[in-house]
Amino acid sequence: MKRQGFLVVALGIIWITLVSTTTAFGISQAYKGNIYNPGLLKPTDSTLKVKAGECAPDFSLPAVSGERVTLSQYRGKKNVVLSFVPAAWTPVCSDQWPGYNIVKDIFDTNDAILLGITVDNIPTLFAWTNQMGKLWFPVLSDFWPHGAVADKYGVLRSDGVSERAVFVIDKKGVIRYIGVNDINARPRLEILVRELEKLEK
Amino acid sequence: MNRKNMKITLIATIIAMSLGMLNWTAFGGTPPQVGEVFPDITLPIPENDADKAYLGIKGGDSFTIPQIKARVVIIEIFSMYCPYCQREAPKVNQLYSLIDNDPVLRDKIKMLGIGAGNSPFEVGVFKGKYNVPFPLISDGDFTLYKRIGEVRTPYFFGVRINDDGTHQVFYSKLGEFGGPEEFLKSMVQLSGLK
Repeated sequence: MKRQGFLVVALGIIWITLVSTTTAFGISQAYKGNIYNPGLLKPTDSTLKVKAGECAPDFSLPAVSGERVTLSQYRGKKNVVLSFVPAAWTPVCSDQWPGYNIVKDIFDTNDAILLGITVDNIPTLFAWTNQMGKLWFPVLSDFWPHGAVADKYGVLRSDGVSERAVFVIDKKGVIRYIGVNDINARPRLEILVRELEKLEK
Repeated sequence: MNRKNMKITLIATIIAMSLGMLNWTAFGGTPPQVGEVFPDITLPIPENDADKAYLGIKGGDSFTIPQIKARVVIIEIFSMYCPYCQREAPKVNQLYSLIDNDPVLRDKIKMLGIGAGNSPFEVGVFKGKYNVPFPLISDGDFTLYKRIGEVRTPYFFGVRINDDGTHQVFYSKLGEFGGPEEFLKSMVQLSGLK
Protein backbone atom coordinates (compact mmCIF):
# COMPACT_ATOMS: atom_id res chain seq x y z
CA MET A 1 0.00 0.00 0.00
CA LYS A 2 2.84 2.37 0.99
CA ARG A 3 4.69 1.51 -2.21
CA GLN A 4 1.62 2.36 -4.29
CA GLY A 5 1.47 5.72 -2.53
CA PHE A 6 5.03 6.49 -3.49
CA LEU A 7 4.38 5.44 -7.08
CA VAL A 8 1.49 7.92 -7.19
CA VAL A 9 3.79 10.67 -5.83
CA ALA A 10 6.45 9.78 -8.39
CA LEU A 11 4.01 9.83 -11.30
CA GLY A 12 2.61 13.09 -9.95
CA ILE A 13 6.06 14.67 -10.08
CA ILE A 14 6.41 13.63 -13.74
CA TRP A 15 2.98 14.99 -14.63
CA ILE A 16 3.42 18.32 -12.81
CA THR A 17 6.81 18.84 -14.44
CA LEU A 18 5.41 18.10 -17.88
CA VAL A 19 2.50 20.49 -17.62
CA SER A 20 4.36 23.26 -15.84
CA THR A 21 7.53 23.55 -17.89
CA THR A 22 5.97 24.04 -21.27
CA THR A 23 5.91 27.76 -21.94
CA ALA A 24 5.18 29.76 -25.01
CA PHE A 25 6.47 33.26 -24.84
CA GLY A 26 8.47 35.13 -27.47
CA ILE A 27 6.66 33.12 -30.12
CA SER A 28 6.11 35.98 -32.53
CA GLN A 29 7.56 35.43 -35.96
CA ALA A 30 8.82 39.03 -35.69
CA TYR A 31 11.92 37.67 -33.97
CA LYS A 32 12.55 35.00 -36.61
CA GLY A 33 14.06 32.42 -34.29
CA ASN A 34 16.51 34.88 -32.69
CA ILE A 35 15.14 34.46 -29.20
CA TYR A 36 17.49 32.80 -26.74
CA ASN A 37 15.72 30.52 -24.33
CA PRO A 38 17.32 30.64 -20.86
CA GLY A 39 15.10 27.85 -19.54
CA LEU A 40 13.07 27.93 -16.39
CA LEU A 41 14.59 30.39 -13.88
CA LYS A 42 14.09 30.99 -10.19
CA PRO A 43 10.85 33.03 -10.13
CA THR A 44 12.35 35.94 -8.15
CA ASP A 45 15.89 36.46 -6.91
CA SER A 46 16.19 39.80 -5.14
CA THR A 47 14.85 41.78 -2.19
CA LEU A 48 12.93 45.00 -2.72
CA LYS A 49 14.57 48.12 -1.31
CA VAL A 50 11.50 50.34 -1.70
CA LYS A 51 7.85 49.96 -0.85
CA ALA A 52 4.50 51.44 -1.86
CA GLY A 53 3.93 54.81 -0.21
CA GLU A 54 7.61 55.76 -0.33
CA CYS A 55 9.18 58.33 -2.61
CA ALA A 56 10.58 56.67 -5.74
CA PRO A 57 14.39 56.95 -5.90
CA ASP A 58 15.40 59.34 -8.65
CA PHE A 59 17.62 58.22 -11.52
CA SER A 60 18.89 59.36 -14.87
CA LEU A 61 19.50 56.86 -17.68
CA PRO A 62 20.36 57.01 -21.40
CA ALA A 63 17.55 56.14 -23.80
CA VAL A 64 17.83 54.26 -27.10
CA SER A 65 16.67 57.46 -28.81
CA GLY A 66 19.86 59.23 -27.66
CA GLU A 67 18.34 61.45 -24.97
CA ARG A 68 18.77 61.09 -21.24
CA VAL A 69 15.68 60.51 -19.16
CA THR A 70 15.42 61.50 -15.51
CA LEU A 71 12.57 60.23 -13.40
CA SER A 72 12.05 63.57 -11.62
CA GLN A 73 11.43 65.36 -14.95
CA TYR A 74 7.90 63.93 -14.79
CA ARG A 75 7.25 65.17 -11.22
CA GLY A 76 4.01 67.14 -11.13
CA LYS A 77 3.38 66.38 -14.80
CA LYS A 78 2.84 62.67 -15.41
CA ASN A 79 2.22 59.43 -13.58
CA VAL A 80 5.09 57.07 -14.40
CA VAL A 81 5.20 53.32 -14.96
CA LEU A 82 8.65 51.73 -14.75
CA SER A 83 8.74 48.39 -16.55
CA PHE A 84 11.92 46.49 -15.75
CA VAL A 85 12.39 43.43 -17.95
CA PRO A 86 15.30 41.03 -17.44
CA ALA A 87 17.04 40.85 -20.80
CA ALA A 88 16.80 41.58 -24.50
CA TRP A 89 16.28 38.68 -26.92
CA THR A 90 14.69 36.42 -24.33
CA PRO A 91 11.19 34.88 -24.56
CA VAL A 92 8.92 36.70 -22.14
CA CYS A 93 10.64 40.09 -22.38
CA SER A 94 10.27 40.12 -26.16
CA ASP A 95 6.50 39.82 -25.70
CA GLN A 96 5.86 42.31 -22.96
CA TRP A 97 6.63 45.71 -24.50
CA PRO A 98 4.96 45.05 -27.89
CA GLY A 99 1.78 44.55 -25.86
CA TYR A 100 2.26 47.87 -24.06
CA ASN A 101 2.96 49.43 -27.43
CA ILE A 102 -0.66 49.01 -28.57
CA VAL A 103 -2.21 50.43 -25.41
CA LYS A 104 -0.83 53.98 -25.47
CA ASP A 105 -4.43 55.16 -25.19
CA ILE A 106 -4.76 53.47 -21.78
CA PHE A 107 -1.60 55.22 -20.55
CA ASP A 108 -2.82 58.54 -22.02
CA THR A 109 -6.22 58.20 -20.38
CA ASN A 110 -4.48 57.76 -17.04
CA ASP A 111 -2.03 60.59 -17.73
CA ALA A 112 0.89 58.17 -17.48
CA ILE A 113 4.17 57.65 -19.27
CA LEU A 114 5.88 54.28 -19.56
CA LEU A 115 9.63 53.90 -19.13
CA GLY A 116 11.02 50.53 -20.25
CA ILE A 117 14.28 49.56 -18.56
CA THR A 118 16.73 46.68 -18.94
CA VAL A 119 20.37 46.19 -17.95
CA ASP A 120 21.36 45.70 -21.61
CA ASN A 121 23.52 48.21 -23.44
CA ILE A 122 22.14 50.69 -25.99
CA PRO A 123 23.22 48.87 -29.21
CA THR A 124 21.58 45.65 -28.01
CA LEU A 125 18.40 47.48 -27.04
CA PHE A 126 18.40 49.29 -30.38
CA ALA A 127 18.54 46.04 -32.39
CA TRP A 128 16.03 44.26 -30.17
CA THR A 129 13.39 46.98 -29.93
CA ASN A 130 13.59 47.55 -33.71
CA GLN A 131 11.90 44.16 -34.10
CA MET A 132 8.94 45.39 -32.05
CA GLY A 133 7.96 48.17 -34.43
CA LYS A 134 8.07 51.83 -33.45
CA LEU A 135 7.72 52.08 -29.69
CA TRP A 136 5.95 55.15 -28.32
CA PHE A 137 7.75 55.07 -24.95
CA PRO A 138 11.40 55.58 -24.00
CA VAL A 139 13.56 52.49 -23.60
CA LEU A 140 16.33 53.07 -21.07
CA SER A 141 19.63 51.29 -20.58
CA ASP A 142 20.67 50.47 -17.01
CA PHE A 143 23.88 48.94 -18.33
CA TRP A 144 26.48 51.10 -16.61
CA PRO A 145 27.11 51.23 -13.70
CA HIS A 146 25.65 47.82 -14.28
CA GLY A 147 22.09 47.52 -13.01
CA ALA A 148 22.52 50.48 -10.64
CA VAL A 149 18.90 51.62 -10.94
CA ALA A 150 17.54 48.08 -10.66
CA ASP A 151 19.69 47.66 -7.56
CA LYS A 152 18.45 50.96 -6.09
CA TYR A 153 14.89 49.63 -6.33
CA GLY A 154 15.91 46.16 -5.15
CA VAL A 155 15.13 44.27 -8.34
CA LEU A 156 18.65 43.30 -9.46
CA ARG A 157 19.00 39.53 -9.49
CA SER A 158 22.15 37.72 -8.42
CA ASP A 159 23.06 36.94 -12.05
CA GLY A 160 23.09 40.63 -13.05
CA VAL A 161 19.73 40.91 -14.83
CA SER A 162 16.72 42.62 -13.36
CA GLU A 163 13.47 41.13 -12.20
CA ARG A 164 10.37 41.39 -14.34
CA ALA A 165 8.97 44.24 -12.27
CA VAL A 166 6.52 47.09 -12.59
CA PHE A 167 6.52 50.22 -10.43
CA VAL A 168 3.63 52.66 -10.68
CA ILE A 169 4.66 56.13 -9.48
CA ASP A 170 2.22 59.01 -9.11
CA LYS A 171 2.75 62.64 -10.09
CA LYS A 172 4.09 63.44 -6.62
CA GLY A 173 6.83 60.87 -7.13
CA VAL A 174 5.31 58.40 -4.65
CA ILE A 175 5.34 54.67 -5.44
CA ARG A 176 1.73 53.49 -5.57
CA TYR A 177 2.16 49.91 -6.77
CA ILE A 178 4.99 47.40 -7.03
CA GLY A 179 4.60 44.17 -8.99
CA VAL A 180 7.54 41.78 -9.06
CA ASN A 181 6.38 39.06 -11.38
CA ASP A 182 7.62 35.51 -11.79
CA ILE A 183 10.46 36.08 -14.27
CA ASN A 184 9.21 33.14 -16.37
CA ALA A 185 5.76 34.58 -17.09
CA ARG A 186 4.28 37.72 -18.54
CA PRO A 187 2.31 39.87 -16.10
CA ARG A 188 -1.34 40.27 -17.04
CA LEU A 189 -2.08 43.60 -18.64
CA GLU A 190 -5.28 44.02 -16.65
CA ILE A 191 -3.36 44.20 -13.36
CA LEU A 192 -1.39 47.22 -14.57
CA VAL A 193 -4.50 48.84 -16.03
CA ARG A 194 -6.34 48.42 -12.72
CA GLU A 195 -3.48 50.12 -10.85
CA LEU A 196 -3.32 52.97 -13.37
CA GLU A 197 -7.03 53.57 -12.98
CA LYS A 198 -6.57 54.09 -9.22
CA LEU A 199 -4.25 57.08 -9.80
CA GLU A 200 -5.25 60.73 -9.71
CA LYS A 201 -5.42 62.03 -13.24
CA MET B 1 10.89 6.81 3.30
CA ASN B 2 12.72 3.51 2.68
CA ARG B 3 15.54 3.11 0.17
CA LYS B 4 13.30 1.61 -2.54
CA ASN B 5 10.75 4.41 -2.34
CA MET B 6 13.51 7.01 -2.36
CA LYS B 7 14.91 5.34 -5.48
CA ILE B 8 11.51 5.47 -7.26
CA THR B 9 11.04 9.14 -6.39
CA LEU B 10 14.59 9.97 -7.47
CA ILE B 11 14.16 8.19 -10.83
CA ALA B 12 10.80 9.91 -11.39
CA THR B 13 12.35 13.30 -10.66
CA ILE B 14 15.23 12.66 -13.08
CA ILE B 15 12.80 11.53 -15.83
CA ALA B 16 10.56 14.53 -15.16
CA MET B 17 13.47 16.97 -15.30
CA SER B 18 14.74 15.41 -18.53
CA LEU B 19 11.29 15.64 -20.12
CA GLY B 20 10.99 19.20 -18.88
CA MET B 21 14.29 20.09 -20.51
CA LEU B 22 13.06 18.51 -23.75
CA ASN B 23 10.02 20.72 -23.57
CA TRP B 24 12.18 23.78 -23.21
CA THR B 25 14.62 22.94 -25.93
CA ALA B 26 11.86 21.99 -28.33
CA PHE B 27 10.46 25.53 -27.93
CA GLY B 28 7.52 24.79 -30.08
CA GLY B 29 5.81 21.69 -31.35
CA THR B 30 4.48 20.17 -34.52
CA PRO B 31 1.29 21.71 -35.78
CA PRO B 32 -1.20 19.58 -37.72
CA GLN B 33 -0.21 19.49 -41.36
CA VAL B 34 -2.24 19.48 -44.57
CA GLY B 35 -4.31 16.31 -44.86
CA GLU B 36 -4.25 15.64 -41.12
CA VAL B 37 -7.24 15.84 -38.83
CA PHE B 38 -7.35 19.05 -36.80
CA PRO B 39 -7.06 18.37 -33.03
CA ASP B 40 -10.37 18.02 -31.22
CA ILE B 41 -10.25 21.20 -29.23
CA THR B 42 -13.03 22.59 -27.07
CA LEU B 43 -13.37 26.35 -27.09
CA PRO B 44 -15.30 28.64 -24.74
CA ILE B 45 -18.38 30.18 -26.32
CA PRO B 46 -17.86 33.87 -27.03
CA GLU B 47 -19.83 36.20 -24.73
CA ASN B 48 -20.63 38.54 -27.59
CA ASP B 49 -23.99 37.73 -29.25
CA ALA B 50 -22.77 38.85 -32.67
CA ASP B 51 -19.84 36.41 -32.43
CA LYS B 52 -22.18 33.59 -31.38
CA ALA B 53 -24.52 34.32 -34.27
CA TYR B 54 -21.59 34.51 -36.70
CA LEU B 55 -20.37 31.06 -35.67
CA GLY B 56 -23.91 29.66 -35.56
CA ILE B 57 -23.35 28.33 -32.03
CA LYS B 58 -26.24 28.07 -29.63
CA GLY B 59 -26.33 27.37 -25.90
CA GLY B 60 -23.77 25.68 -23.67
CA ASP B 61 -20.46 26.94 -22.40
CA SER B 62 -18.21 25.52 -25.06
CA PHE B 63 -18.09 24.46 -28.70
CA THR B 64 -15.92 22.49 -31.07
CA ILE B 65 -14.70 23.43 -34.54
CA PRO B 66 -17.11 21.05 -36.40
CA GLN B 67 -20.02 22.72 -34.58
CA ILE B 68 -19.33 25.97 -36.41
CA LYS B 69 -21.96 26.53 -39.09
CA ALA B 70 -19.61 26.56 -42.07
CA ARG B 71 -17.80 24.33 -44.54
CA VAL B 72 -14.44 25.97 -43.95
CA VAL B 73 -12.94 27.64 -40.87
CA ILE B 74 -9.86 29.83 -41.08
CA ILE B 75 -8.16 29.81 -37.70
CA GLU B 76 -5.52 32.38 -36.78
CA ILE B 77 -3.27 31.72 -33.80
CA PHE B 78 -2.24 35.16 -32.60
CA SER B 79 -1.18 37.13 -29.56
CA MET B 80 -1.82 40.76 -28.70
CA TYR B 81 1.86 40.83 -27.72
CA CYS B 82 3.07 39.69 -31.16
CA PRO B 83 4.29 42.56 -33.37
CA TYR B 84 3.62 40.61 -36.60
CA CYS B 85 0.06 39.82 -35.50
CA GLN B 86 -0.43 43.52 -34.83
CA ARG B 87 0.90 44.48 -38.27
CA GLU B 88 -1.08 41.73 -39.98
CA ALA B 89 -4.39 42.59 -38.27
CA PRO B 90 -5.68 45.08 -40.90
CA LYS B 91 -5.04 42.56 -43.69
CA VAL B 92 -6.79 39.81 -41.75
CA ASN B 93 -9.75 42.16 -41.32
CA GLN B 94 -9.73 42.75 -45.10
CA LEU B 95 -9.91 39.01 -45.61
CA TYR B 96 -12.97 38.92 -43.37
CA SER B 97 -14.59 41.73 -45.39
CA LEU B 98 -13.90 39.95 -48.68
CA ILE B 99 -15.62 36.84 -47.39
CA ASP B 100 -18.47 38.76 -45.78
CA ASN B 101 -19.16 40.70 -48.97
CA ASP B 102 -19.30 37.55 -51.09
CA PRO B 103 -22.89 36.19 -51.00
CA VAL B 104 -21.73 32.67 -51.86
CA LEU B 105 -18.77 32.43 -49.50
CA ARG B 106 -20.08 34.29 -46.45
CA ASP B 107 -22.03 31.31 -45.11
CA LYS B 108 -19.41 28.77 -46.13
CA ILE B 109 -16.23 30.29 -44.69
CA LYS B 110 -15.93 31.50 -41.11
CA MET B 111 -12.93 32.98 -39.30
CA LEU B 112 -11.77 32.49 -35.75
CA GLY B 113 -8.79 33.74 -33.75
CA ILE B 114 -7.18 32.03 -30.77
CA GLY B 115 -5.16 34.34 -28.52
CA ALA B 116 -2.22 32.23 -27.31
CA GLY B 117 -1.51 33.06 -23.67
CA ASN B 118 -3.87 36.05 -23.80
CA SER B 119 -6.42 36.65 -21.05
CA PRO B 120 -9.97 37.66 -22.04
CA PHE B 121 -8.99 41.27 -21.22
CA GLU B 122 -5.93 41.08 -23.48
CA VAL B 123 -7.94 39.51 -26.32
CA GLY B 124 -10.48 42.31 -25.85
CA VAL B 125 -7.72 44.91 -26.14
CA PHE B 126 -6.55 43.39 -29.44
CA LYS B 127 -10.11 43.14 -30.77
CA GLY B 128 -10.83 46.75 -29.86
CA LYS B 129 -7.52 48.15 -31.07
CA TYR B 130 -7.83 46.64 -34.54
CA ASN B 131 -11.64 46.47 -34.75
CA VAL B 132 -11.45 42.75 -35.41
CA PRO B 133 -14.90 41.77 -36.73
CA PHE B 134 -14.65 38.01 -36.19
CA PRO B 135 -14.59 36.06 -32.88
CA LEU B 136 -11.35 35.94 -30.89
CA ILE B 137 -11.04 33.30 -28.19
CA SER B 138 -8.86 33.69 -25.10
CA ASP B 139 -6.38 30.90 -24.39
CA GLY B 140 -4.84 32.40 -21.27
CA ASP B 141 -3.11 29.28 -19.99
CA PHE B 142 -1.96 28.03 -23.43
CA THR B 143 -4.21 24.94 -23.19
CA LEU B 144 -5.48 25.19 -26.77
CA TYR B 145 -2.08 26.36 -27.98
CA LYS B 146 -0.41 23.21 -26.66
CA ARG B 147 -3.03 21.02 -28.35
CA ILE B 148 -2.52 22.79 -31.66
CA GLY B 149 1.24 22.25 -31.67
CA GLU B 150 2.84 25.32 -30.09
CA VAL B 151 3.21 27.25 -33.32
CA ARG B 152 4.89 30.62 -33.71
CA THR B 153 2.58 33.53 -34.41
CA PRO B 154 0.73 34.51 -36.47
CA TYR B 155 -0.13 31.03 -37.74
CA PHE B 156 -3.01 30.24 -40.04
CA PHE B 157 -4.91 26.99 -40.37
CA GLY B 158 -7.52 26.26 -43.01
CA VAL B 159 -9.85 23.57 -41.72
CA ARG B 160 -12.53 21.85 -43.80
CA ILE B 161 -15.56 20.52 -41.94
CA ASN B 162 -16.64 17.31 -43.60
CA ASP B 163 -20.22 16.03 -43.81
CA ASP B 164 -19.40 13.25 -41.35
CA GLY B 165 -18.39 15.81 -38.71
CA THR B 166 -14.64 15.29 -39.04
CA HIS B 167 -12.44 18.27 -39.71
CA GLN B 168 -9.36 18.15 -41.85
CA VAL B 169 -6.50 20.60 -42.30
CA PHE B 170 -6.07 21.87 -45.88
CA TYR B 171 -3.79 24.79 -45.04
CA SER B 172 -1.19 25.11 -42.28
CA LYS B 173 1.31 27.93 -42.48
CA LEU B 174 3.30 30.36 -40.37
CA GLY B 175 3.58 34.07 -40.90
CA GLU B 176 2.26 36.72 -43.20
CA PHE B 177 -0.31 35.48 -45.69
CA GLY B 178 0.34 38.04 -48.43
CA GLY B 179 -2.58 39.76 -50.12
CA PRO B 180 -6.07 39.01 -48.77
CA GLU B 181 -7.49 38.43 -52.29
CA GLU B 182 -4.84 35.85 -53.19
CA PHE B 183 -5.14 34.22 -49.81
CA LEU B 184 -8.91 33.88 -50.14
CA LYS B 185 -8.53 32.48 -53.66
CA SER B 186 -6.14 29.83 -52.38
CA MET B 187 -8.46 29.02 -49.46
CA VAL B 188 -11.32 28.41 -51.87
CA GLN B 189 -9.18 26.27 -54.16
CA LEU B 190 -7.37 24.26 -51.49
CA SER B 191 -10.52 23.55 -49.53
CA GLY B 192 -12.34 22.31 -52.63
CA LEU B 193 -15.17 24.81 -52.18
CA LYS B 194 -14.99 25.62 -55.89
